[in-house]
Amino acid sequence: MTSSVPRAEPPTVADAIEVGAAKAKRGANKQVRRAPWLLLAPFMVLFLLTFVLPILAAIGSSFTKVTRKGVFGELGVETTFAGFSNYTQAFADGTLAKSLGRMLLFGVVQVPVMIVLCTVLALMLESASARWPGFFRAVYFMPYGVPGVIATILWSFLYVPGLSPLVGLFDKLGVQIDFLGEGTVLWSIANIVTWTYTGYNMMIIVAQLKSIPGDIYEAARVDGASTWRIARTIQLPLIRPALVLTTVFSIIGTLQLFAEAQLLQSFAPSITNTYTPNLAAYTTAFAYNDYNVAAAQSVIIALIAFVLSFVFLTLTSRRQR
Amino acid sequence: MTAPSAPEQTAARRTDGQPAAANKMTEGVRSSPASTIVVTGLLVVVALYFLVPIYWVFVAATKSTDDLFATNGFWFSSDFALWSNLSQVLTFDNGIFLRWFLNSVIYAGLGALLATYFAAAGGYALAKYNFRGRNFVFGTILAGVLVPGTAIALPLFLLFANLGLTNTYFSVLIPSLVSPFGLFLCRIYADATVSSSLMEAARIDGASELRIFHTVGLRVMTPALVTVFLFQLVGIWNNYFLPLVMLSDTNLYPITLGLNNWRSQVDRLPEFYELTTGGVLLSVIPLGIAMIVLQRYWRGGLTEGAVKG
Repeated sequence: MTSSVPRAEPPTVADAIEVGAAKAKRGANKQVRRAPWLLLAPFMVLFLLTFVLPILAAIGSSFTKVTRKGVFGELGVETTFAGFSNYTQAFADGTLAKSLGRMLLFGVVQVPVMIVLCTVLALMLESASARWPGFFRAVYFMPYGVPGVIATILWSFLYVPGLSPLVGLFDKLGVQIDFLGEGTVLWSIANIVTWTYTGYNMMIIVAQLKSIPGDIYEAARVDGASTWRIARTIQLPLIRPALVLTTVFSIIGTLQLFAEAQLLQSFAPSITNTYTPNLAAYTTAFAYNDYNVAAAQSVIIALIAFVLSFVFLTLTSRRQR
Repeated sequence: MTAPSAPEQTAARRTDGQPAAANKMTEGVRSSPASTIVVTGLLVVVALYFLVPIYWVFVAATKSTDDLFATNGFWFSSDFALWSNLSQVLTFDNGIFLRWFLNSVIYAGLGALLATYFAAAGGYALAKYNFRGRNFVFGTILAGVLVPGTAIALPLFLLFANLGLTNTYFSVLIPSLVSPFGLFLCRIYADATVSSSLMEAARIDGASELRIFHTVGLRVMTPALVTVFLFQLVGIWNNYFLPLVMLSDTNLYPITLGLNNWRSQVDRLPEFYELTTGGVLLSVIPLGIAMIVLQRYWRGGLTEGAVKG
C-alpha cells in the first residue's frame, strides 16, 4: 500500500520497524551460531568423559609403568615412561596372540555362518511360500532380548552332562558328544552367539528387503524370472548395505567376546583366563592388578576392531563402484 | 504463514514406518503347495532351535533339585514345583531378585531415555546447522561407533576410580547415556526429515533455537527416536562387562550380574540351580514379550539411518 513512497521521506514507523528487525536478525544469527554447540553440549561432555578421555588415558597408561619404592611400596609409587615395554609384555607369553588367533578362527567361521543363516531366513520369510511370517519373525528375534549372560546360563545347562537332555539324547543315538571339550567348546560358544544375534541381524535385512520397490518385482516377474533368480539378481544386490552393516557389527562383536567364555569357564576347564582377548585384559587388570599392561591390551583390541571394520568397509565400498 | 504445520509434515514422511506393510514380493503371487510346505517346514525347524532353550528353562523351573537331575530334561516331572521355586526366587535374601530387576529397569530405562534425548539433540545439531568443526565432531563420534565398548570399560573403570565414582549407580548410568550409533542414526534421519523452511518459519515467529528443536525437531524425528531408544534399552539391559567391572556391591547389581552371582554358587550349593533357573525364567518372560511386541517398531528408523549411510 505505501511501498511506492519515495526515499526522500523522513524516517517513518515502517523504517523503524525495519531497523528493529535487522537488529533482531543479528541477535538471531548469534543465537543460530551458538545453537548447535548448545544442542551438542550434553552429548559431547558425556562423549568426552566416557570415550575420548578413557581412550587417551588408556593410551597414556599403556606407555607408562608404575614402580613401587621401598620393600612394601611404603615409600610411594613412581610413574615413568615405559616406551613399548607394556606392549611387548602383553605379547610376551604368547597368550594374547593365541586368543586373537582363536577369535580370528571364530570370526571366520561364525560370522559367515550367521550372516548366511539370517539372510536365508529373511529371504524365506519375505517369500510367497512362507506361512505365518510375523510369528516366525517374532520368535527368531526374541533371543536378542535375552542378555548374553542369561543366554549363556541357559545353554550352559544344556551343555553340562547329567543335567542336559541334549547330551542324553545324543547318547541314546550312539553319539558321544562333549560340548565342553577342548576342541568343541569354541563352537559351543559360537552356537550361543548365533542363537542370540541371528534374529537381530535378520531384522535389519528384512527391513531392507521391505524397502525394495514393488514394481521391480513386478517387472522381473513379467520377464518370467523365478523366485530363485529374483533372490540372486535383485534382492541380494539390493540388501548389500544391510549385509555390510551386520558384518561389521559382527566383527566388532567377535572381538568383544567375554561373557560367554567367562561364564562357561566354571564348566569347561579348557577355557583359560586368556581364552578371549577381552578375558585376557580383564584377568591382567583384576587378577594381576597390572593396569598398564591391561591398558595396552585394551588399546590393541580397540585398534584391531577399528582396523578390521575399517578395512572391511573400504573393501566393500570400493567393490560397489 | 504459509509453512506447513508440523503434524502434516510428519504424516507425509511416515510412509516407511507402518508396522504391517504389505509384502511387495508376494503381492498377487501364489506359490505352489509343495514349496509352501518345504519353506514353512524349514521355518518351523529353525523356530524350534530358537525356542528349545526357553522351553527347557521353563520345564527346569517346575522341578525340584532332585528331579532336575533325575528326570528327562525335556519333560515335566510328577512333582510340579514351579510356584514354590518362584516364590523362593522372589523371597531369597530379602527379595534381592526384585531389587536386581529394579536396578536393571533404572539403568536401562533412565539411561536409554536420556541417551536418546542427547543423541537426538546432537544429531539434529549436526544435520541442521552449518558450523565450523562440524565434520571433525561428526568424524570423531563416528569413530566411537567402531570402538568396542568392552575395550573402553577397563580404562573407564580406572578413570572412574580416580573420580571416586566406581561402585555407585552413576558408574553404570553415566556411560549408558552416550550412544554414538544413536547420534549417527538421528543425524541421518534429521537430515532427511526435518525441513529447514519449517525451522526458518519458526525462527521468524520468534521461537528460540532450543524451542524449535523441541517443538519441530523432536516431533518429526519420533520414528528414529523410538528405534534409538529401543536399541539403547536392550544394549544397557544386556550389558554385563561394564557393571561387572564397576560394581562390587550386590545391592547395585543389574539382573545379569545378579543371576550370574547365583549361578556361580551351584557347585557348592545345588539349591542355587532352582534359584537360577527360576530367576532366568522370570527375567526372560518380560523381555521375550517386549521383543515380540516391539519388533514391529524396530524397523523404520534403522533402515532409514543405518542402511543408507
